[in-house]
Order: sequence, then C-alpha cells, then structure tokens
Amino acid sequence: MSAAPAVELSNLRFAYRPGHDVLAIDALSIARGETVFLHGPSGSGKTTLLGLLAGVLRATAGQVKVLGQDFTTMSNGARDAFRARHLGYVFQMFNLIPYLSVRENILLPIRLEPARRARLGGQSFDAAVRDVASQLDIARYLDTPIGELSVGQQQRVAAARALIGSPEVVIADEPTSALDTDRREQFLELLFRSCEKAQATLVFVSHDHTLMPLFSRIVELGEINTAAEPSRLNTATFRVPTPPVSTNVR
Amino acid sequence: MMLILRLALASLRSRKLTTALTVASIALSVTLLVGIETVRAGVRDSFAGTIRGVDLIVGARGGTLQVLLSTVFGIGNASGSVQLRTMERWQQHPAVKWVVPYSLGDSHRGFRVVGTSTEFYERYRFRKDGRITFAAGRVAQADSEVVIGHDVAERLKYEVGTPVVVTHGLRDIGTSNHDAHPFRVVGVLARTFTPIDRSVYVTLEGIEAMHEEEGGVAAGGGGLNGGSSTSGSSDSGSSDSGSLNSGSLNSGSLNNGSLNNGSLNNGKAAAAQAKRDAVVEANKRRAAAIPKAPPAGVPMAMPGAEPPPGTPMVMPGAEPPPGAQQAPPPPGGALVMPGAEPPPQVMEQVKAAAAQARAAAKPPKVEPAPEAEHADEAEHEHGDDQITAFFVGTKNRFEALMLQREMNTDLVEPLTAIIPGVALGELWQNIGSAEVGLRVIAMFAVAISITGMLVALYSSLEARRREMAILRAIGAGPRTILALLVLESTLLAFLGCVIGVAFVYGGLALAQGPIEQRFGIHLAMRALGETEYSYLAMVMISGMLIGFVPAWKAYRTSLVDGLSPRA
Repeated sequence: MSAAPAVELSNLRFAYRPGHDVLAIDALSIARGETVFLHGPSGSGKTTLLGLLAGVLRATAGQVKVLGQDFTTMSNGARDAFRARHLGYVFQMFNLIPYLSVRENILLPIRLEPARRARLGGQSFDAAVRDVASQLDIARYLDTPIGELSVGQQQRVAAARALIGSPEVVIADEPTSALDTDRREQFLELLFRSCEKAQATLVFVSHDHTLMPLFSRIVELGEINTAAEPSRLNTATFRVPTPPVSTNVR
Repeated sequence: MMLILRLALASLRSRKLTTALTVASIALSVTLLVGIETVRAGVRDSFAGTIRGVDLIVGARGGTLQVLLSTVFGIGNASGSVQLRTMERWQQHPAVKWVVPYSLGDSHRGFRVVGTSTEFYERYRFRKDGRITFAAGRVAQADSEVVIGHDVAERLKYEVGTPVVVTHGLRDIGTSNHDAHPFRVVGVLARTFTPIDRSVYVTLEGIEAMHEEEGGVAAGGGGLNGGSSTSGSSDSGSSDSGSLNSGSLNSGSLNNGSLNNGSLNNGKAAAAQAKRDAVVEANKRRAAAIPKAPPAGVPMAMPGAEPPPGTPMVMPGAEPPPGAQQAPPPPGGALVMPGAEPPPQVMEQVKAAAAQARAAAKPPKVEPAPEAEHADEAEHEHGDDQITAFFVGTKNRFEALMLQREMNTDLVEPLTAIIPGVALGELWQNIGSAEVGLRVIAMFAVAISITGMLVALYSSLEARRREMAILRAIGAGPRTILALLVLESTLLAFLGCVIGVAFVYGGLALAQGPIEQRFGIHLAMRALGETEYSYLAMVMISGMLIGFVPAWKAYRTSLVDGLSPRA
C-alpha cells in the first residue's frame, strides 16, 4: 500500500446538484512526497476538490483514492477515521480552537484519534509537541493564549497540528493568504521542512503565483477540470480551454 | 471521553458571558416552573390548612360548603342556627372529646364577631400544628372582653385596652350599634394567615349581654344569632327561624333523655345535666319575655318520655336530610334512631372503642376535666339558645365519620356535620378552576421557557460551527461532535436546573415572609415534588435533545463551512 500514490483520481465527477457537475477530472495522480501547488481561478472547484481529497465530500461518480484507499466506497465514519489518521489540514485562517492553549491545539489530533497517537512511535505527547513546534519555530509559544499570537504564528500552530503524528498527506487551503508577503516564504519553508521530515505529501492551494517556484509540481485546476464553466474562467490567468490532460507536469 | 468533557468545559468557560446568559435563561425558566408549582402547592396547602384539629363542624342543616364557608371562612350565611342544647347533648356523646360553640352574626367595622368559648383558643389548629397564640393579652373571659385577630388589630390600630363597639349584623351601615354594651380588647392574636386574623372573638355571654342590653330593639333578639347574615336587616328574618328552632325544644330535651338512657347513665353526667337544665330553664324564662319565643314550660329532660304528639321532628322550613337516610321515628320515640343510627350493638362497640382509645390516649394536654369545666361553664354561660355552629373534637379520630353520620341523621334537630378536611378538599375541587388556571399558566411557562432555553442553547451552539469545522477537519467523527454538543447543552440545562431550584429556595427564604404578609399564603419550603421533578426532567431532556440539532447540522454542513475559508 505504501507504493500507492498519495492521491489518485479517475473519472471523478462531483455535483452539488444533480446534473450540474462542478468537478470533472478524468485523471490526476499525486505521488508520495510531492509538494503540489494547486491553483486555478475562482469557481474552478479548488475547495470542492479539497473536500473530496479530505473525504468530507463524496464523489458523485468515479474514484477518489487517497493512499490507495477508495473514498467512494467508504462510509462517512470510515472517512472521518481515515482523515484523523492520515491527513493533516490547514485552513486559510481561524484554524485554532480559541479556548485551548497552543499546546492543546497541537495535541488535539493525537488525543482525538488513537491511531494517530500510535504514530508517535512511543514518543511522549510533550516530546511530540516540542518536536513539531520547534520545527515550526513556535516552541516558545506553547503556553501562550491563542489570542496573543500573530496570524503568522497561528498559522504555524495550525501547521504543527496538521503535522503532528506524521500524517501522509497534508492539505493546506490558502494558508498563507492572511500573511504578509515576506512571511509567506518563511512559513512555506518551515512547512516544507516539516513535511519533508514527516515524509508527507503536501497539497497546497493558493492564488499566489509567486510561491509557485517553491513547489515540486504545479497543477492548474482549470486545465484538468472539464466541468469548469468557460464563463467563469474569464477571470483566469491561464485561460486555456484545455482538453483533459493527464497532468504529470514533472 | 475525558477529552470531550474537557473540551466542553473549556469551551463553556471560554464563553463565560454566553454561558452565563444561557444558564441564567434556563435558570429563570426553571425558577418560573418550580416557582409556579410551589405557589400552587402553597395556595393549596394554605387552603387545606385553614382549619385543623377540629374533627367536625356542625351547623344547621344545609350544604356542606355552606357550613364550611360560613364558619371557617366567614363567607356567606349559615343556613340557620343550632340550639346550644343540641351542642350540649352531643357533648355527652361518648365519642366526643370536646365541643366549641361558634356563634356569628355581628360585626365590628367589617370584621366578623365570633362568640365562642375559651376552649376555642386551645382547640383550633391551622396548617401543620399551628396553634392560636397571643401576640398580646389573653383570652376573652368576661362578657365585655374581646380578642381580636392580627389583621383586625393591624388595620384598626387596636391594642389591648381599646374599647370596641360591635355592630349588629355584618355591615357598619345603618344598623344598630350595641353601644350599650361596650367591649374592651383584652387580647390580640398572633398572625395565623387564616380567616382567624380577620375575626373578633367574644364570649357567648358577651354576645348575649350585648343583645340583652339592647332590649327589645332588635326584633327577635332572643335568637342571639339567628344564623349569621351578611346584612343586618335580614337578621330579624332569620331570627324567626331561630325562634322556630326553639319551638322544637321539646324534641331536643327528649333526645337528651335518650342519650342519658342510651349511653350516659352516670351520676356525674346527670348532675351536669341537671345544672344545665336549670340554666336552660332560666333561659327559657328569659326567652319567654321575648316576642315570638316558644311556649315556656316545655318538658326539659324526661328520660324515656315520648315526644308530644305532633312535635315536629324536623324543623319547619328545614329541608329533609339529603339522601333521605332518615326514616320517621317509630311512635315509641325510639332511643336509637331508626334506619340511620347504628344499632345499639354498634353503639356499644363504639363506646368500647372510645373507652379503649381514652385509656390508650396520653393524658390530655390542656384539659382540666372537660365535663366538670363544662358543667361549670353551664352555670354562667349559655345565656342563649342559639349558636351558628359548633366544632367537635373526637376522642378517636376514626370515630369522626360515625359521629358525622349520627349527627347528620339527628332526628331532634336537623344538622349538617362536616369533616373540615374533607369539605375543604371538596371546596378546593369545586374552585379547582383556579388551580387549573395555574396549571395552564405553568404549561405556558413550560412551553415558553423551554423554547427560550432552546433558542439560547441553539444560538450558543450555532456560534460554534467554526469550532466544529476545525474538529471535523482534524478528524472528529459525528459521535464526537454529537457528544460534545449534547454534553454542553446538557451541562447548561443541568446548571440551569440547579441554579433555578436554588433561586426558588433562595427566593422562598427571602420572600416567604413578605408573601405571607402580603397575600396570606404560606409558601412552605418543601422538597421537590413529582411535578417539579417532571418539569426538571423535561428541561433536562429538551436541553439534551436540542444539542442534537446543531450537532447534526455541524456534521452535515460544517464540513463544507470548515473547509471553505470564506464561510
């Protein structure tokens, strides 16, 4: 199973309402260890795709395989458990539970899910938190109230939470959009380093093309999503009504 | 699970204000629910506890409620009057421990004047074991002495020593004041929160003296109180019936005789009877001087004597006894009333039981030989023939039912004997619409407060969809989310219940006094009853259930919300 790609989509169709596909991807494969920059104009279905990858949404048709597991055949509960075990997720903002300390926020995934706890490999909770926090340079804020952290620090805490217990896949939904430009690269560097250490695959959604060069692979969703409406694509930077292409750019 | 509890607690703590407001709203709801129930129970108990310690109230034949209302509550008229002699006769009954006369018909500045004996103050009980106590002074003994209830003293600013003028009839207007016989306050009763507080107590002699000194002014004054009446003018009318009652005295004396025969053949009683007869004779003479008085010379006590032919067994104008239990007496003037009266063997049993009960009973608390006392009283008391009613205490409470039956079928004078507790219960059922009203209010309160509570809970949970989204993204399953939200709402409901109940008791502790003073309702501190627990359970369960709604919503939608940064 470890040989299976981190993400594999085939003939994926998704519609919120029947007959109105918002996502139609014939094939997309992301290998393990890749850092993928996923971009595309608004309405190209980025958020929907992330929902499918996280197992929050269920595909209308086709297959969504994450780490070789086919989400389309799994129950909601099984996908929840899978997400808890194998995925880390970072939101654009407001990632943290405000009434818990930094430490407690980071610890949530391993407290919530025994399987994730097992991945610590006997490491104590405290050591695990220190480990991941120091990677992201927030070790000194562990007992600081969330409200006193800057947005950048909060996003790093969110990243630490996503990375603790070494998930195979980390999904980040525009995590840098609330950060200053010079902070973005700093954040990304820390994120990359941590992902590398955890051997995690990173799927990173962003509008910020200046970050593109840092990633090992770039996926333009508008190109692979045949369901994207041309009218919506008007605003797109890359306005290419592309036929479905297996996007192995690298 | 510990994590969920910690999360729930931390979350509640983090939103102190919302939590506090939600809990406060639930607490207020609970306070309302339990409070209404407490008030309802308090009203009912206050009502049921209006009179205690009295096993039977005996008045002239009439409705149960009429007797109850006119005596205990001072509402409306008694249907007639009872001969003092009748009371005395029943006093001799082996099951009877004590009797207290109760004579209505006059008022003092709107407060009812009650003529009674000194024993009244000892015997009357209210609520659990409330006794009549004196805030100042002592019982009325002489015929110019009055004791006033708490409200009377308070409203009229009377104290011991204040002179009092009693009005004939119950209104102040237009009727004769008994100026000639002024009273003086000798005692002020402590507050009882019963109609006692609004009454003025005098001795029977006091009433009699008052009416005598009035001379012939009040027509038919011989009937000291021909039935209590709400208006003074109607008094003379009822006096007529009073006189008529006197007319059937012979049958009363007959029954005295029969009682002597049947049950009381002991010398002591006979002596007492003789004394009483003497007094009654004197009264007769007095009564003879009054117009419309019954013919004098009626045989007073002739054991075994037959009633003179044509003696009415039932007073003119009186209704036949309900249920027609009463068969006409056999010509021989039977000692035991046919049909209704228990057969002699039963009477013997009753007597035996009574004797046993007496033997088993603890020595009476305040009872210096009641019979002797009464005999003594008879020498100077009972100046008149008529009273409105009398209270009876039985030696053994189980005899009260039997006694009630005997009294209701008294052939000599048509009586209505009621058991106060039973009659109060009936009355409460009759006026139960008030209770129904409170129940309806309580139900509305339940609906409103639970809705309010649900809104509070729901909005506080709704505000946390973001949190739910985060938890979902981390991998919290539906069960975790559900447990968290349900736990929170249940905690809030529970806190609200606890605080609400605490509010009720705290409020009760604070407001008990003022409410009593203001409304005369004693709201007892009592353990939560079934109704309260069912209310609390309802609050808890609906609080718990409402947690499911946002939990379900969180599970359905917050995934999308949470994953979409623009949510």
